[in-house]
Amino acid sequence: MATASETPHIALTLRDHLPILQVLIPLCTAPLIVLLGDRRVAWGLAFLAAMLSLVVSFLLMMQVMDGSFISYHLGGWAPPIGIEYRIDAANAFVLLLISLTATLVLPFALRSVADEIPARSHTLFYACFTLVLTGLLGVVATGDAFNVFVFLEISSLATYVLVSQGLYRDKRALSAAYDYLIMGTIGATFFVIGIGFLYMTTGTLNMADMAERLVGQGDNRTVQAAFAFIVVGMGLKVAIYPLHLWLPAAYNYAPSAVTVFLAATSTKAAVYVLLRFMFSVFQPEFVFDTNLLLWILAPFALLAMFAASLIAVFQTNFKRMLAYSSIAQIGYMLLGISLFSVTGLSATMVHLFNHGITKAALFMAVGALVLRSGNTFYDRIEGMGRVMPLTGAAVVLGGLSLIGVPGTAGFISKWVLVQAAFEAGLWWIALLIVASSLLAVIYMWRVVEILYLHTPHPEAIHKEAPLSMVIPMWIAAGACVWFGIDTSLTMGAANTAAIGLMGGTDGMALTPTVGGLLGNGH
Amino acid sequence: MTLEFFIGHINYWLFIVLMMTGFYIVVSAGNLVKKVVGLNIFQVAVFMLYISIGKVTGGTAPIFPTDRMGKIKADPEIVYSNPLPHVLILTAIVVGIATTSLALALIVRIREAYNTIEEDDILEIDARTARAENIIHGEAMGGRA
Amino acid sequence: MKEHHLILRVVTKSLVGTIILFAFYVQFHGDFSPGGGFQAGVIMAVAFILYGIVFGLHEVQRVLPAWVVHKLVALGVLVYAGTGIWNMFLGYEFLHYGSFTPDHMSHGQHSGILYVEAGVGITVTGVMVAIYYAFAGRTPRLGNDDW
Repeated sequence: MATASETPHIALTLRDHLPILQVLIPLCTAPLIVLLGDRRVAWGLAFLAAMLSLVVSFLLMMQVMDGSFISYHLGGWAPPIGIEYRIDAANAFVLLLISLTATLVLPFALRSVADEIPARSHTLFYACFTLVLTGLLGVVATGDAFNVFVFLEISSLATYVLVSQGLYRDKRALSAAYDYLIMGTIGATFFVIGIGFLYMTTGTLNMADMAERLVGQGDNRTVQAAFAFIVVGMGLKVAIYPLHLWLPAAYNYAPSAVTVFLAATSTKAAVYVLLRFMFSVFQPEFVFDTNLLLWILAPFALLAMFAASLIAVFQTNFKRMLAYSSIAQIGYMLLGISLFSVTGLSATMVHLFNHGITKAALFMAVGALVLRSGNTFYDRIEGMGRVMPLTGAAVVLGGLSLIGVPGTAGFISKWVLVQAAFEAGLWWIALLIVASSLLAVIYMWRVVEILYLHTPHPEAIHKEAPLSMVIPMWIAAGACVWFGIDTSLTMGAANTAAIGLMGGTDGMALTPTVGGLLGNGH
Repeated sequence: MTLEFFIGHINYWLFIVLMMTGFYIVVSAGNLVKKVVGLNIFQVAVFMLYISIGKVTGGTAPIFPTDRMGKIKADPEIVYSNPLPHVLILTAIVVGIATTSLALALIVRIREAYNTIEEDDILEIDARTARAENIIHGEAMGGRA
Repeated sequence: MKEHHLILRVVTKSLVGTIILFAFYVQFHGDFSPGGGFQAGVIMAVAFILYGIVFGLHEVQRVLPAWVVHKLVALGVLVYAGTGIWNMFLGYEFLHYGSFTPDHMSHGQHSGILYVEAGVGITVTGVMVAIYYAFAGRTPRLGNDDW
């Protein structure tokens, strides 16, 4: 009668539950906010959830820094049958970025959202915000291909809602959100088609299991089609250059706090998924054989770096300029992938993090300027650097990091990228990286000049932004400098992640630190 | 390409036709609601693909018979269809419903703000707003918005 | 607003109860036969939506106010997640239903599915009705001559 297993069950501790807690905390917070339905409580709960996620992701990071991974079996069903959450250096790093940004954005959002969105929408705004956080963390934490899609859609749908909340300032937020919805859904559906093809070939949805079964399947048409669908689908979410059309409007018209969070995390999570599928699920050799990376991805990456930077130079709105700059920066990440080496992937991973904090600092400055000047058209923010010294200085620091001046985080990632280019023997790519950075000098200098060398606009409020905005902004700006000098955390994690990713299947089948073993441990 | 090949892959052909029909509507339709309809057809095509690959020739419903003690006594002779794609698509359908209702909600708000749901008109209104911004903010800076 | 035809009103009134009963049937038979929370939730919502279409939004919101619907959406998710968290407190993985009855795992699986499906059913009902309320409540009132 009794079907209990022979070995007595050892109760799991909180430490074993960390991978699921990462997703579960914000997931439970969102309905709790709706259930309580009070806007002051809503903010507090969202902030609490973000802080707890940060703690969890930090603990996870500490556990996997040595290149091991944690496997958590949902419902006790062992993979490949059950859904598995699998944390290794690559995703712990991205989890840390996402939860860190959320923790920084929420204090910032308190004033910014109160200024930009009517009070009756606040509760649902924070509920949606935690849903975006849930989705992004889930996308990154899970080891199940279909789960990626589900979490992707959770975060995307909530993101569309958040973007549309810009309608109280500009009705174009609505059409921006609609366009984003159409493009995002097409992207996600392409991704599902890709997963469907993979499922047809392998009969499994667990990414590690899939990877093992895909070995030697490089000539299989279905697998090639799956690869194409997944890359294009995710490319839409990443905003790879020709698929970026939703991005400028969405970033520009979304409420400031939302833009900060989106710019720093959502495209980054998508880049991570792209990396995970390219290198862990499909074999690096497979990707290399198709020659896709260098001859298809690299030209688009270079195009993004130059075209988007050039467009950014001619903008007259700070926020819109930064949106185009983001497209250019995504180009650098793709370039790192297309160089196809451990160094190139480290560059991508470290740029993912560094660009995240840089753009967080800059977009927070935008939010502070919006609060005081009403909008961020260049003629409205003239001279605001003088009356808002802290905000102005944060723009300068963020700008330096965006350009890649030594001593800032941006320099580190570009340095590694240039190294990777030389390693691959492509010195002209290194030259192009430097050249496109010069474009960043032009567009950032224009902003700095406007902020400092003009007299302030008479209609703007001549006052520094409130501390609740300045402190998160300066934590992000300080991080740009900190991670430009002390690179042990970022480069260490990026390197471990890159080695794991380049290892292909091997990278996914190391010995787990806790949880069940997945067959052939190394 | 023989007839057998064509007939044997009929579910894929139908999937491709349906998918491209939906995709074409999304791209070409000027009406925002029609775009959403196209998006739905596009998604449904993918659902059909998944469901059709769950079919196992001669397979029956994947419900294992149990004895009185609740122990599964599956007959190895019986072929079962694969239920997993169906479960996945149940989730995808829910996502599709959420997407559709959100898109329609956005359209309602767009109609309230723009008084139209034709893409061309919206683009024109947006362009006019951008031109006005350009005149206010751009000329002051000697550039374009 | 003119009232709908008498037959419609009478048939609706008698159907609503049956539909709700059928929803419960689908809900609780989910673990033996096709069905479960998703389907039951939609069927349950249909009862309210049908009532709303025939008798008007105001009437159905007297039965099921909009704020209740919003709380239901959240409640269902919490029931689902709460089941999983309960399993975690019992020392097993998230959603490891067997932990309810460690001596006889399959019994736990049954009860776990039941709780989770209840959560799904509540949320799906809530979401469907909420969508209907959101769209129906926003339509500018059409007079009988505008059709």
